Amino acid sequence: MKDPKNFRFTRKHISRRRVLQTTAAAAGGFAVAQLGFPAIVRAASDTIRIGHITPRSGFLGTLGDYGFRGVNLAVEELNAAGGILGREVDLFTEDSVGSAVAPTKAQKLIERRKVHFLVGEISSGSAGGVMATANRLKTLYMQSGANSDALRGEKCNPYTFHVEACNTMYTKTIGNWQDRSGNVKGKKFYMLTADYAFGHDLARVSTRFLTERGGTVMANELIATGTPDYSPYILKIRDAKPDFVYINLAGGDQTTFLKQYKEFGLTFRVSGGVMDTAGFWGAGLDSITGYWQSLWYHKMPTESSAVFAKAFRDKYKKPPENQAWGDYTAVKIMAAAMNEAKSTDPAKIIPLLESGMTFDIMKPRLGSFRKWDHSLLQEMFIVKVKDRDQMEDKWDIFEIVEATPGADESLEAIQPTMEENPCNMG
Amino acid sequence: MMLLEQILNGLLVGSYYTLLALGLSIIFSLGGVVNLAHGAFYALGAYLTVVITEKLGFSAAFVLSPVIVGILGVIIEILCIRKLYPKDPTLTLLFTMGLAISAEQAFRLMFGASTLPFSIPEFLGGQIHIGQFIYSNYRLAILAVTTTAIAGLWLLFNKTSFGLILRAGVSDVEMVRAMGINVKPILSTVFAIGVGLAAIAGGMSASLMGVHPAMGNEIITAAFVICVLGGLGSFWGVVLAGMFVGVLKGVTALYFPPAAEGSMYALMVLVLIFKPRGLLGQKFARLE
Repeated sequence: MKDPKNFRFTRKHISRRRVLQTTAAAAGGFAVAQLGFPAIVRAASDTIRIGHITPRSGFLGTLGDYGFRGVNLAVEELNAAGGILGREVDLFTEDSVGSAVAPTKAQKLIERRKVHFLVGEISSGSAGGVMATANRLKTLYMQSGANSDALRGEKCNPYTFHVEACNTMYTKTIGNWQDRSGNVKGKKFYMLTADYAFGHDLARVSTRFLTERGGTVMANELIATGTPDYSPYILKIRDAKPDFVYINLAGGDQTTFLKQYKEFGLTFRVSGGVMDTAGFWGAGLDSITGYWQSLWYHKMPTESSAVFAKAFRDKYKKPPENQAWGDYTAVKIMAAAMNEAKSTDPAKIIPLLESGMTFDIMKPRLGSFRKWDHSLLQEMFIVKVKDRDQMEDKWDIFEIVEATPGADESLEAIQPTMEENPCNMG
Repeated sequence: MMLLEQILNGLLVGSYYTLLALGLSIIFSLGGVVNLAHGAFYALGAYLTVVITEKLGFSAAFVLSPVIVGILGVIIEILCIRKLYPKDPTLTLLFTMGLAISAEQAFRLMFGASTLPFSIPEFLGGQIHIGQFIYSNYRLAILAVTTTAIAGLWLLFNKTSFGLILRAGVSDVEMVRAMGINVKPILSTVFAIGVGLAAIAGGMSASLMGVHPAMGNEIITAAFVICVLGGLGSFWGVVLAGMFVGVLKGVTALYFPPAAEGSMYALMVLVLIFKPRGLLGQKFARLE
């Protein structure tokens, strides 16, 4: 045996208790590691500083990565065009991790990095905390990915503007389409809902919409995020025999469900309160079908959309997802508002954004913020999963069927009403 | 009927858990390494399955992926972990934790943060229908692979001279050394087998759960719980605990979904109160 001195086991140190202790410590270490480290793209004292905060790990990590790329591209383009107010733009990014950590990260960006505004988020739970922090520290926040109505309603505040559409908008978009197609009245829906703020809110507004139009919600299963096996729910769906399986799931959970639903070969149609293109890309072409609602799509037939999609694809070798659109658009809107206001002062920018100022949001119609709840008035789209032989590549999964509201309708038509989602800015 | 189906479905999740936890358990039992990077090898197995499938098809990928991961495991064991055996075990723990974090970021850099689409291979698609009863062919294949892996491992450990040395090493590695047996290659082989099992689990899960950078991190906690639950160093304890946890989570989801994720932790607390060494944990002098 070679050099036994160098190959001595110190087994006496490894007690069962020690193993449990060290494993627990390591689990804590992993949690700390998940807090992530801030990425500083550039830094100088006379620059415009943007704080980007979004989940970069966990079941929303895939979407967060698109947001991160979108915001980076926006900053790169702004700097190439002379910055904001003639000043270079610095970007500071943080992984928001979850609702317990996100407010602290937001506070750090505001107090230590002295950012002029925050942008980002996807989780409704985290976004609520970031909004409260931004309000307390009187900092503008462009909320670009969280859907919960409550963020625009009971939790609304003057410093937050919402580029992302809310749950009611997603629900009304697909619901109106399905209703017109005769797929709501008298139909039975089996809901699978993400068990956190976003899912609860979406289930509430979806149930309200479907039942008001004569549909029946047979069951609403609350499912933990990151669930690896959907078979218990799929078996229950099989026995319940619904007309539609209605998913209120987000991010990677959409992917996992769609894959396993396909695996079991059930034929009940699948619809849902929300659709993430990334979730559908991840599920694979043979697991997706039907009509869905979408906030944006990389094949949107507008010039600015094509320019953005090409720039994103050139830089990242894949097309932008809706979340990339959201974070990119949020930064571009704030840049336009600052340039217009010739100031970074929230006291000047808030009234400007509330005044109905319009922005090219890469959709056929221009967008503007609704004054009383700061929700972006914008179109959404009904998309249809393409037949496989019509797809140009693996990203080309949808065909845009129609914009909603229609060209002759008010953009308010899909927004929650003041009665449905009252907001008091205080 | 639904309960029976769910028990069978629970065995599927139990299969991933069991293969992962068996790998963790044998690496710990012989080398004393708490391998926090085990989830990274699981993820690597899944990524390799996706990449190789594109070139050579699923069958080749399913075989090659664990072999490549096993070889990589040996290289890491020889170059890094071996140097840490004589030192405080906390060092191997820190090293493997760093490896896990680095691997996840490497996957993110190489493949992006998005879930890679990967479907069940066509020849394993479809379901078995017996009246109302449905079970997918792919799940059946996973159960067959898991059963074969468990049987193969048991034969290796109990019916070969390698297994004899290994079991002796688990009991008292110093004595094995004193008998003139070189333990180094045994440790390397065990590490390769352990991470190879994780890669098999990763390859099997790719079609059902998607492939993304954090997938290893997400499943590793459950694998540790199963090791503790089954009993550190106990082969059948880990198998029993892995399958039982899979079934428990599935059945809980069927009748009381909010408790599904927490059920295994509740079970662990209960078992540790009444059986501190786990379900089938043996009394090792060096572990007391």
